[in-house]
Formats: sequence, C-alpha cells, structure tokens
Amino acid sequence: MSAAAAVTPLRGPQGEPVYELSRVGKTYARGHVTALEDVSLTLRKGGFYAVIGSSGCGKSTLLKIMAGLTPPSKGRVTLQGRPVLGPRRDIGMMFQQATLFPWRTTIQNVLLPIEIRDGPAAARKAEPRARELLETVGLKGFESVYPGQLSGGMAQRASICRMLITEPAVLLLDEPFSALDELARDFMNMELQRICMAREATAFLVTHSIAEAVILSDMVLVMKPRPGRVAELVPIDLPRPRTLDMVTTPQFGALVERIRGRLDKEAFL
Amino acid sequence: MSDVRANEAAGYDGGDTVWTEKTSWLDSVPRSVSMLFVAAVFIGVWELVTSLGLVSPIILPTPMETFRDILFVGENLISGGYMLQALWITLLEVVYGFALAIAIGFSLGVLVGETSFGEKAVMPYLVAIDTMPKVAFAPLFVAWLGFDIESKVALAAFIATFPIIVGTAAGLHAADHNARMLFKTMGASRWQTLVKLKLPTGLPQIFTGLKIGSVGVMAGAITGEFLGGGKGFGELIRVAASQLNTPRVFSLIIYLSVVGLALFMLVAWAQRRVVFWRKEQVGAATEH
Ligand SMILES: Nc1ncnc2c1ncn2[C@@H]1O[C@H](COP(=O)(O)OP(=O)(O)OP(=O)(O)O)[C@@H](O)[C@H]1O
Ligand SMILES: [Mg+2]
Repeated sequence: MSAAAAVTPLRGPQGEPVYELSRVGKTYARGHVTALEDVSLTLRKGGFYAVIGSSGCGKSTLLKIMAGLTPPSKGRVTLQGRPVLGPRRDIGMMFQQATLFPWRTTIQNVLLPIEIRDGPAAARKAEPRARELLETVGLKGFESVYPGQLSGGMAQRASICRMLITEPAVLLLDEPFSALDELARDFMNMELQRICMAREATAFLVTHSIAEAVILSDMVLVMKPRPGRVAELVPIDLPRPRTLDMVTTPQFGALVERIRGRLDKEAFL
Repeated sequence: MSDVRANEAAGYDGGDTVWTEKTSWLDSVPRSVSMLFVAAVFIGVWELVTSLGLVSPIILPTPMETFRDILFVGENLISGGYMLQALWITLLEVVYGFALAIAIGFSLGVLVGETSFGEKAVMPYLVAIDTMPKVAFAPLFVAWLGFDIESKVALAAFIATFPIIVGTAAGLHAADHNARMLFKTMGASRWQTLVKLKLPTGLPQIFTGLKIGSVGVMAGAITGEFLGGGKGFGELIRVAASQLNTPRVFSLIIYLSVVGLALFMLVAWAQRRVVFWRKEQVGAATEH
C-alpha cells in the first residue's frame, strides 16, 4: 500500500517546502489501531491545505504528529529544515473548542502563549500587538471582558488571535469553526483566508465540509480510513482571494463533485 | 390572518392578556417570611411540648428558659467574662487547626493529584485512613500532645485535612483534554501547567473541600475538648451537661453554631471573590 507515497500533485502551491513528512505511520498501542500508514507530504510556504476524510481516518492523528504533540511510530517530520520532536514555537494550533480560560480577560487569554514562552514582562510588552490583533478580528473594546461574556464566534476569534500572537510560520487547524453556525463559519473562513494571505502563513486545515475545503485551500488532501492514508491530492485552482459567491461557479461545483466522488467510494467500503 | 380568526373563534377579543405561570402559593412566599414561619412553628411545638409537661424540664428546657440563658451567655461574652476566654481558646484551636489542615491538605492534594507516585503510593493510604472514624484518634492525640490546645488543634486539623486533599486532587484533574493540549502546544512547563491551568481550573473543587473542612474543623476542636479537657467552649458544654444545666448546653451550642456558620460563610465569601467566574450557591457544603 505505498500508493500514497507516490501521489504527486499536478499543480498547487509553488513556494519553498516548509513541512516535509516522509513515510509517517502511527500505530496506537492501545487496541492495535493503525491510525496512519505511509503518509508522505510536502507543504509549501504560503500554501493552504485542507484535509478531508471520513470520521476516524486519522486526520487528528496526522495533525498531532505534525504539531509534535504525539510521536509518529514510523517515518519523520521536518519543519523549516529541523525535525519535529515536540511542540514548537513556529507552530500555531487551533481546535474545535475555543478553550479560553474564564479567569483571564480576553487580552490576557490572547497573551497567554507569550506569557508562557517569555514570561509576564514580555506579555505586558506585547499588549499593543494583542490589541491590534483583536481589532483586526473585530473585537476592539472587548479586551478587558471575561470570556463568559463572549459569544461562541467571538471566543473563536479571540482564540485565533491567541494562535497568531507568537507569529507562527504554520497554522494547524483541527475543525476550528465546526462548532459555529453556518453564517459565523463562512465569516470566520474568509477571515482566516485574509489572515493567511496577509502573513504568507502556511495553513493545514482539518474539516468535514467539502465546500469549506474547496473555498479555502490550494490543495485538498483526501484521506482513506483503515489504515489512514492520503489517497488523493486535489489542487484547487480557483483565483485568490476567494469569495463566498464562488460556490455558485461551475468550476467550484466540479471540484466538490470530484472530491465527493472520491470520498463516497471510500466511506462506505 | 388565520391566526386572528382562530383566536376570535376561541373567544379572544384582541385585548392584552397577562398571564403568569402557576406556582404553589407556598413557593411564592418570600424567603425571610418562610424562614420566620418555620422558626415560629419549631418554637411553638417546643413550647407546647415543654409547657404540657410531656418532657421533663431536665431533658428539654422551655424556649423562654433557653432564651434567657442565651442572653446571659451573651452578656458574659460581651463583658469579657470567663466564657469569652473559653470561646477565644476554641477559636484559636479552630483557626490553627484550619490553617494546618489547609497547608497539609493542599500539599498532599497536589502530591496526589499531580504525581503518579502520589496517586499510586500515597492515595491508597489516604483513602484507608479517610474511611476510619477519625474521632477515634482523639485519645491518641491527647496522649501524644497533652491536655492543652495542641491536641485539639491536631484533631481538628486531622479531620479537616481529608476533604481538602480530596478537593485539591480532584480539582487538579478537572482541566479538560483540550485545555491540556493547548498548554502542550504552547510549550508550557509542568510548573506552568500546574499554576496557570490546573490550579485555577480546580479552584471550585478546592473550595468545596475547604467548605467541608471548615465544618469538620469545628467538630474536631469541640470533640477534642470533650475528650481531652482544657479550657475551651467544649469544656463549658461538658460541665453544663454534667450539672444537668440543659438551657446552658443549648445556648452554648447556639453560640458555637454561630461561630461555625461564620467560618463557613467566610470560606464561601472567599470563594466568590477568588472564583469570580463561577456563580455558585452558598449552601453547597455537602455537594462533596
Ligand atoms: N489516543 C488514542 N489511543 C488509541 N487510539 C486512538 C487514539 N487517538 C485516536 N485513535 C484511533 O485512531 C484512529 C484515528 O483517529 P483520529 O482521531 O485521528 O480520527 P479523525 O480522522 O480525526 O476522526 P474525526 O473526523 O472523527 O475527528 C481512530 O480509529 C481512533 O480510534
Ligand atoms: Mg479529529
């Protein structure tokens, strides 16, 4: 089953390689689950990648390995030329839950990564930057508010700021907006695109929505389950910046159909 | 349109309707009134039982007698009499006992909740000791520490320590998977994770432990005084009881409850200040 290793994209992002995964595999000792097998990938600078696949096919596992949160059982991962051997400062992560801490104000939550990395003095110095970030996501005036008073979407926007405050080179996103309603989600996705384009950040997004994957990414990775592997790389050559009305174009429809066909075959096998 | 017709058909004339949910009249009485009502019923039954001579006055004094004695004890306390000195001793035992319980309980709680050594090697012993009737250790503390306040402080602390350990250890496990993962991605050290994540997350449980402990510390101090003598408030109760002065016993107990309640309220107040992001009911001492 080394087909996955041979998959090469037709086109897609053209920057220099940022992330390199070679023949990464993961077997969980508990239950002898082969969550991932033989995943080889190259993510290029400034590219937006989306991963899609049925539940349990190893998307979160792949993300955790890339983030250095769990070691791979096989293979190697390098980021910006250095092997990933644990959590790294050049990685920003976001999960499905905003996870803001209720005893900290919004701005204190945003500053938390700096406080942990460089201490409270550095966090104080980074305050103007945190204010700026909050302003760019429309949270001006909510700096000193406690998270209990923020809506789900506002909390998720604050957690984007928290991810960005350390200026990470890559963003790893595990279904970051799936707890939001559709309108908020569309808005946040456009916000995410703007942020990534402005910073030339490389993004890796796990999602369950084909439309979300297509509208956001330069390349969609379709994963197959048992064992988890990357079955197909679908380059998305819609022009940037993407807008929500692109979903009505035939090109968009064709891409969605292509990915859906690929998924359906695997999901019910 | 059709809605209006339906309403008309049902005899609705289009005017404002004000409606409220039906509740039992008993539930709509204000809190203070209902509390007074319960107290009045209680005292009324008490009065009836004693004035009809159903119970010997040695066993149960009349409410009036008890009330007079409450005033008498209050006067003695205010004028700085011997009862105030006794109360002061008991207060010292309670304060020292509680401080000791907090220090030991919190430290052991962190050891048990944070290290796998503590969880594997220490927790089983703590559970074993916790299941024992801790009051039974009182004679030992008296034998070791004598008849002064030390033995009472020790018993009070001994009883109050366990809920604090349990509360702290449970609290340290309260942080959810997402939060831990987030701290991991930020490269937080173990110490940072403890101080900036696990402790703040566990504060509600820690305070629950403190509240249960605050009740236990009073019980410990008084039990210590019953069994180990000394000059505290418990001794006053014991002496009054041995003289069959039941009104005195009752009024002393009432003053003691006031002290206990004050300590509990103090902890509850501290909880509201510290854990400001969570609104909780004051009377949640027994939620364990
Ligand atoms: N800590 C773990 N221990 C043992 N098995 C695990 C663990 N985490 C995940 N697995 C297994 O690995 C496989 C892949 O899990 P993973 O969480 O990566 O899936 P996923 O694609 O993210 O699914 P979903 O879309 O539902 O989030 C599953 O079969 C799961 O049971
Ligand atoms: Mg997942």
